[in-house]
Amino acid sequence: MTRAGGWLVAAAALTLPLWLSSAYHLHVAIMAGIFGVLALSLNLLLGFTGQLSLGHAAFFGIGAYTSALLTLKAEWSFWPALAAGVALAGAAGWLIGRLSLKLRGAYFVLVTISFAGVISLVSVNWIELTNGPLGLPGVPAPELFGWSLRSKTAYYYLVLAALALSYMVCARLVRSRIGRAFVALRENEPLAESIGVNVTHYLVLAAVVSAAMAGLGGCLYAHYTRFVSPEVFLFTYTVTMVVMVVAGGKGTLAGPLVGAVLFTALPEALRAATSWQWQMLAYGLLLVLLVFFLPRGIVPAAQALRGRGAS
Amino acid sequence: MEQLLQHLVNGLVLGGTYALLGIGLTLIFGLMNVVNFAHGEFYTLGAYVAFAALAWAGVHFFVALLMAIAVGASLGWLCEVTLLRPLRGESIDTTMLVMIGVWIAMQNGELLVWGGVAKSIPHPFPTAPLVLGPVAIAPLRLFVLVLAAALIAASWLLIQKTKLGRAMRATFQDRDTAALMGVSIGRIHAVTFAFGSGLAAAAGALLGPVFLAYPSMGDLASVKAFSVVILGGLGNLPGATIGGLLLGVVEELGAGYISSGYRDAAGFVIIIVVLLLRPSGLFARQERIA
Repeated sequence: MTRAGGWLVAAAALTLPLWLSSAYHLHVAIMAGIFGVLALSLNLLLGFTGQLSLGHAAFFGIGAYTSALLTLKAEWSFWPALAAGVALAGAAGWLIGRLSLKLRGAYFVLVTISFAGVISLVSVNWIELTNGPLGLPGVPAPELFGWSLRSKTAYYYLVLAALALSYMVCARLVRSRIGRAFVALRENEPLAESIGVNVTHYLVLAAVVSAAMAGLGGCLYAHYTRFVSPEVFLFTYTVTMVVMVVAGGKGTLAGPLVGAVLFTALPEALRAATSWQWQMLAYGLLLVLLVFFLPRGIVPAAQALRGRGAS
Repeated sequence: MEQLLQHLVNGLVLGGTYALLGIGLTLIFGLMNVVNFAHGEFYTLGAYVAFAALAWAGVHFFVALLMAIAVGASLGWLCEVTLLRPLRGESIDTTMLVMIGVWIAMQNGELLVWGGVAKSIPHPFPTAPLVLGPVAIAPLRLFVLVLAAALIAASWLLIQKTKLGRAMRATFQDRDTAALMGVSIGRIHAVTFAFGSGLAAAAGALLGPVFLAYPSMGDLASVKAFSVVILGGLGNLPGATIGGLLLGVVEELGAGYISSGYRDAAGFVIIIVVLLLRPSGLFARQERIA
């Protein structure tokens, strides 16, 4: 993206509530922002280190449950609860990273799926803590300096700030030595190792940052919908993240954002015409079609197209 | 002690169908190097075909089972020829994404066709259990166990004793050399995928009447199939058989003595523990972590 284009997108995002009149459209924008954080988080692992996690709903859910439980049961205020949610999700990421650092490809995928499966079963069965399948209603809305961020406009800016922060963390990370190490690992692990890249260290680091970011998305989700149930661990969330990253362009910074906006807005636009099942059916087919026809995603394809036009 | 025997019998019934699921997946995974996340969907498909055949057409149970295998195998063949064949030679991640897409599409297709309400599949067996000394077993469950054992034996004979099976084993050991010896790799892949999908459908048709048929039943079936493959080692048929039986028994004992809420955790825990401690599987010699 050119510098001017970036400023234009930032200006549009900042003024969005001014020209989106209906609360419904603002709701879609908030959800797109939350999914943007999640897609950025998955992209850090899938796009840059090349490891597919199909357990990201677990980190999302850990963030959501942690901050919901701390605000509801321990009566913490929003900000420390948010920090705790992010930290606990990051710790879970560290655990998964440490445990599975020898595994690659399909085996890494299976461990992440299994981790999410176990956590989901715990959320259903540990009724004293999580209230089981009934979930936790009445999660409080956040406050800032005594101001409630309950209105959709205020929450939109909160999500936007979180998204900008996540984006900057990703951008700083991937443009640094660390990011180059990630890419080196993805492209050729033995070669990277031979020139002194510490594989374990970088993979665990990527897992921690990615999981913490997914936890941030979970906290934002919990305090927005103000309800948490074991449904936060639904595989649907993970699939949505994967589709967003793959469609937008894995291994790019803008790709996950494009994917998040597109795949939050598109289903909402289709909602009037079709049911949820049709949407999921379309998601599945779309994933297949993307692999066949747009394997690198929208953003790289658009860049290639523009490059061809310029030359 | 009597309770333990009862749990063991129940576990073996479950384990027999898990072994069928695992054998199908271990062949596809080992021979084609495809991580088939849609495997559980063929299990679901089998259960619904059995439902349609038994509840609507009212055919014999054996016929319903054969129909389920036929439909599962045909769709598996179609899937291989249209989606996987053009991607042969691509990375394992690419085909994995495609199979994740197939999984989501198939599951939601099933949800659209059959609705979200669980369906009970009618079966012709009496419900009064057979009492054999200290254990009681429903005739349907006994029948499921016997048929699963028969299908496992048939798969083993196919792989070990037929020309096709020899070609499959050769392809598993060394694809290029097998191709040089005149084995048509494309055909072997299509047959393997159809065979594995047919076995998964058979497992669904067998276990469907024991429990209920519902669109998301394949998710857990996939997890169980993967844990069986990981227990038994890649492409290892006896390993998958023992792994399946083991998983069934572990689940049943866990549900009986620890907590029934965590019954389905057994598969997940097995995947995590085995991959971390002994990634080559319990019965394999070669390493396969990369």
